[in-house]
Amino acid sequence: MATAPAPLSLSASTLPARLRAGAVPAGARWRQARRGRMVVRAKIREIFMPALSSTMTEGKIVSWSAGEGDRVSKGDAVVVVESDKADMDVETFHDGIVAAVLVQAGESAPVGAPIALLAESEEEVPLALAKAQELSNGQPQQAPPAPTEDAAAAPPPPPPAPATPPAPVSAGTKGIASPHAKKLAKQHRVDLAKVTGTGPYGRITPADIEAAARIQPKSKPAPAAAAPPPVAAPSVGAVPQAAVLPPVPGATVVPFTTMQAAVSKNMVESLAVPAFRVGYPIVTDKLDELYEKVKPKGVTMTVLLAKAAAMALAQHPVVNASCRDGKSFTYNSNINIAVAVAIDGGLITPVLQDADKLDIYLLSQNWKDLVKKARAKQLQPNEYSSGTFTLSNLGMFGVDRFDAILPPGQGAIMAVGASKPTVVADKDGFFSVKNKMLVNVTADHRIVYGADLAAFLQTFAKIVEDPESLTL
Amino acid sequence: MQSTAAVSVSASATASRGGARSEAARRPGGVRVCGLRGEALACPSLRISQSPARLAVARAAATNGAVAGSGGGFDYDLVIIGAGVGGHGAALHAVEEGLKTAIIEGDVVGGTCVNRGCVPSKALLAVSGRMRELHDEHHMKSMGLQVSSPGYDRQGVADHANNLALKIRSNLTNSMKALGVDILTGVGTIVGKQKVRYGKAGSQDKEITARNIIIATGSVPFVPKGIEIDGKTVFTSDHALKLESVPDWIAIVGSGYIGLEFSDVYTALGSEVTFIEALDQLMPGFDPEIAKLAQRVLINPRKIDYHTGVFASKITPAKDGKPVLIELIDAKTKEHKETLEVDAALIATGRAPFTKGLGLENINVVTQRGFVPVDERMRVMDADGNVVPNLYCIGDANGKLMLAHAASAQGISVVEQISGKDHILNHLSIPAACFTHPEISMVGLTEPQAREKADKEGFEVNVVKTSFKANTKALAENEGDGIAKLIYRPDTGEILGVHILGLHAADLIHEASNAIALGTRVQDIKYAVHAHPTLSEVLDELFKAAKVNSGVSHSVNEPVAA
Repeated sequence: MATAPAPLSLSASTLPARLRAGAVPAGARWRQARRGRMVVRAKIREIFMPALSSTMTEGKIVSWSAGEGDRVSKGDAVVVVESDKADMDVETFHDGIVAAVLVQAGESAPVGAPIALLAESEEEVPLALAKAQELSNGQPQQAPPAPTEDAAAAPPPPPPAPATPPAPVSAGTKGIASPHAKKLAKQHRVDLAKVTGTGPYGRITPADIEAAARIQPKSKPAPAAAAPPPVAAPSVGAVPQAAVLPPVPGATVVPFTTMQAAVSKNMVESLAVPAFRVGYPIVTDKLDELYEKVKPKGVTMTVLLAKAAAMALAQHPVVNASCRDGKSFTYNSNINIAVAVAIDGGLITPVLQDADKLDIYLLSQNWKDLVKKARAKQLQPNEYSSGTFTLSNLGMFGVDRFDAILPPGQGAIMAVGASKPTVVADKDGFFSVKNKMLVNVTADHRIVYGADLAAFLQTFAKIVEDPESLTL
Repeated sequence: MQSTAAVSVSASATASRGGARSEAARRPGGVRVCGLRGEALACPSLRISQSPARLAVARAAATNGAVAGSGGGFDYDLVIIGAGVGGHGAALHAVEEGLKTAIIEGDVVGGTCVNRGCVPSKALLAVSGRMRELHDEHHMKSMGLQVSSPGYDRQGVADHANNLALKIRSNLTNSMKALGVDILTGVGTIVGKQKVRYGKAGSQDKEITARNIIIATGSVPFVPKGIEIDGKTVFTSDHALKLESVPDWIAIVGSGYIGLEFSDVYTALGSEVTFIEALDQLMPGFDPEIAKLAQRVLINPRKIDYHTGVFASKITPAKDGKPVLIELIDAKTKEHKETLEVDAALIATGRAPFTKGLGLENINVVTQRGFVPVDERMRVMDADGNVVPNLYCIGDANGKLMLAHAASAQGISVVEQISGKDHILNHLSIPAACFTHPEISMVGLTEPQAREKADKEGFEVNVVKTSFKANTKALAENEGDGIAKLIYRPDTGEILGVHILGLHAADLIHEASNAIALGTRVQDIKYAVHAHPTLSEVLDELFKAAKVNSGVSHSVNEPVAA
């Protein structure tokens, strides 16, 4: 019979018969079992998940009655645990300070696993925290994910500028924090005094705490007006996925990160576009010469190629266009070259905006910033989703030619292979050895026709083969 | 033979009511909003119980004169001042009893409940319940459902509440018109014995006479001094129900039914909430165990924090680029504790009787803190403690139990009396509900009240509990949070109180409240059969868990009609 909240005592060394009517005797058994294993290190005690019934193997924390930093005394209810039948208040048998909560409310832990650490005095709190760190590193699968891990798995749109240093006190922080912000701060061990409020009247909002704790906000209940972000909205249900294959025995299944899900979605969507490919060989001796000259000024080959593509696009606007509805051409007013960059666990395309207008030095500066931001996962949506043409270069790996998939919303993508010394015969029949690279452009045939692409590539080749104009 | 048995049973029930009345009077402090009282009123055959005390009937009949028709030179047999749920319930029952009836309303038919209380708030809570479900990813996933980012349109939600109020109001109006109740528009004032003047406030030009008068003028939100209401950033439930805005952060002053329900609505719509409670614990009107669990389920996991043991001594609306400022002082020492800055403040500190302008001074009646003093039969008492003949007061205006359905039940009780049948309403059988997600409901005494009574009267009290976690239907719905609690006398099996927190608790309470009203004992009701699998089995288990030391008294297994 379900006996709802009946206090159940929880402890280790001392064992007075403290169970009140209605508590499950299994609890007492558990306590005896625990007693032998109790680790007392510098007066830091572990609070374990109790067994509330004979059938219980795992318990869910309903809520922590005591929070981190709270001083508790013997007999206080510190945590409410849900068993298969009822919720039980669990009491502590020691005075102390709840130093670290290892299993947060709403999470589960197996019976006997430590769920919190109790420090005897203030001095021991740091020790306990260190131990908590140790414990969570040792068994990450059951501890709440550490904030840093969260950040690593963050999808492309990172929170806006979380790295702002603690602002001077004069910034209007009055320490007023909203109820949810306070709860989050406690949960993520953020000191409210060190957070600058960005909410109305300088109030600390939940987003401020999330930024301070470097965690990705959970997809929150979007208010009615909030439009979904233009790109990278990986709503799994919406994409017509290929039929799910049966699982392979013994294989490890790793779910996509948000970024990977977005890539997957975009790739599948590309199948709806009738794409074709045109290749072109380009001699790069002069480009290589130019590269050697400008390299000390921080210009990379990527920037040179992007600039060349942008200049060619300026003359062939249809290749810079896109087909959005299957019925019309959308001519873009800017030439923004997206460049595919492999980053840990994914792919992102930082965008060199107005690549036709800016000079290569300025572009190089921008590119450096973009790459830095991409690595730190701080690119803003317009910095990775505003491309009108994409450049993908695998030459550095020795790849001589490849074929790229057209990203949604763009008319063409250029795949650049390595430049290699090749024997070439000129129109007079003289042989010579020149550096030659193969470029391959994939385009949307609804708007870009073969002749368009060929003409564009011809222009591009001319620019690359006579690259003086790039430095203008 | 059978009738004799019935007499002895209800006589004893009446006796125990007398003793319990003081308890009932104590409870309203924390109970300051009406529960939902819907169109059930349109079915006027409800009769709560009849006392067989023939003498009292004869006496009542004598004072009231002829029962049917408006004989004796009166315009009406019954005039009701106030067309809220209480007045409406009384009017319908009066028509059924053949009384010529008029109802005076100075505002809109339906009163607080229909227009500014239970009804529109239920519409908002229906929205909040669905929003909660849709946002509970874990819950959805565990049922295999996928939902992508649900949102809401504030105006759409507000319209839903307003439309519901309009619909219920017109239903109420039509039901009275259809039955021939005269609806008189204006403010009613008692100008003398059995005489009422009504019309526009200040120029009441019409006068009518009535054999009997019921005051049913209800209540208005109570606003403590120091709080400035602007209706935009500092407001009461009257404004909040229009949902003109959804503030980012709202402070709710008072954690009773109204505050709790609004916290449910606002947090579901994305607001953060701060409760300000003068007493040391949140939800002071509830059974402490239920309040504790409610805090765990309805407060802690949500974006809510709270300050207890403090008064909001001064609240200034947002203006001149400043947020709403709330000054908190310690409830005991009166020392300044803190100043809160929030986007809005909802004042839910209870309700004050609306009895000004009733002309009570004309008949030597003095209100107590605004409430009209009445006896157990809802008869108005004058300043000397004597019953004012032919004058009754029901509902929030008398303050006995400020719930819509209590007002209606009191109204029916009064009509019974003036129709010559003595009747005393057992207030301990009136259920109350709070429509949060999950809901809370209760009837009878809380555990501390029951124990106090037991100490005084020298009997034993037992408590049993069941959990929604053990209920199949609740688990199928993935809503296992909640308990039901029964407080009873192990010697007699009398049910003293039942408290439920859990899915559809408000609908489940009636099995218990009916049992209390009819005097059904635990040892009898435990043999009643409940459909499986239903939530009602939570109560079934509760009754079966109770241990009673006396045998079955009169069992449900005897066929009534076979």
